[in-house]
Amino acid sequence: MEYIVIIIGAVLVNNIVLAQFLGLCPLFGVSSKISTAAGMGGAVLFVMTVASIVTYLLSTFLLEPFNIMYLQTITYILVISSLVQMVEIVLKKVSPPLYQALGIFLPLMTTNCAILGVAILVFQQDLTLLQGVVFAISHSIGFTLAIVLLAGIREHMDLVNIPKGMKGNPIIMVTAGLLALAFMGFAGIV
Amino acid sequence: MNQARNFTKGFVRDNPVFTMMLGLCPALGTTTSAFNGFGMGMATLFVVLMSNIVVAIFKDFIPNKVRIPSYIVIIASFVTITDLVMEAFMGALHAELGLFIPLIVVNCFVLGRAEAFASKNTLFSSIVDGIGMGLAFTMALTMLGAARELLGANALFGVELVEGDGMLVFVLAPGAFIALGYLIALMNKLKKD
Repeated sequence: MEYIVIIIGAVLVNNIVLAQFLGLCPLFGVSSKISTAAGMGGAVLFVMTVASIVTYLLSTFLLEPFNIMYLQTITYILVISSLVQMVEIVLKKVSPPLYQALGIFLPLMTTNCAILGVAILVFQQDLTLLQGVVFAISHSIGFTLAIVLLAGIREHMDLVNIPKGMKGNPIIMVTAGLLALAFMGFAGIV
Repeated sequence: MNQARNFTKGFVRDNPVFTMMLGLCPALGTTTSAFNGFGMGMATLFVVLMSNIVVAIFKDFIPNKVRIPSYIVIIASFVTITDLVMEAFMGALHAELGLFIPLIVVNCFVLGRAEAFASKNTLFSSIVDGIGMGLAFTMALTMLGAARELLGANALFGVELVEGDGMLVFVLAPGAFIALGYLIALMNKLKKD
């Protein structure tokens, strides 16, 4: 039951992008086509889950026993950037097609604040390792949901006559706002 | 480029939030009121200034291949300093901004200044650039925070201007996106004239 609460809470109620404002750069950067948006979602799912596990273990068995929690930010960002690098090298060797598909999204992952944000949240909310994994997976599903929805709307927006001043970024912002408004309807479920 | 233009370039023409769309997460996440936006902008100003200084000093010693990780470590150190100082002396603001203080590390705008400017220019230009861009970022966040506070709570910097409730949606998440959308449209209009 507690896992269902975590999943619904992370995917719908506290959607990481539309309610918590994390990972906005990829939301606006790679949401022009549904296929690239889904690819980005897959990459985030993978890196976010692994990063949460590694940072969880590091802070429980290294930072806390030695009382050096003030190094949390530096440690986490180093773990994430080396992890991203490692994933890139491994994928290139093991599965070239997947590597090709993810392309530029992998290196960009380092500066995706959703990854660091979720890693810090897992620690701040005192979750267990398993809860943390579920938390990370459902947050990345929430991310994918938001970015794919926005990409779908943007694909249709190409066919619409938009007022001159609102063309480009402004209309995307307002669209994301309306999407967030829709997601607010889920508030109170859990 | 002369230093005056170097200082002012970020305010309208290359504004990090309105034009370059960088650092959007703190720009939307922390601007529930003008004061919060201002506080977040100032914290970012400190980090971007200090990291610009350090990167400009050490740019000749950092090997090209590991420059991005090096910049991230430099930025992360200053973010940790900011985090601890704010927790000690500005408890209320620190609690309000919460997660977004450690997340300055992954603010692409800070890394962008280190990579695109400080690593290629002199120390003095980098200081001017850091202050100018930091102030431009603060200005953007304060404007967005003021707009949201004005519409959402009928107040400005915590002072109530009109009696009664505002449009609550502007303080909540959707209002952030909508307010920023219209501010960008306004800035685009200003730039054309």
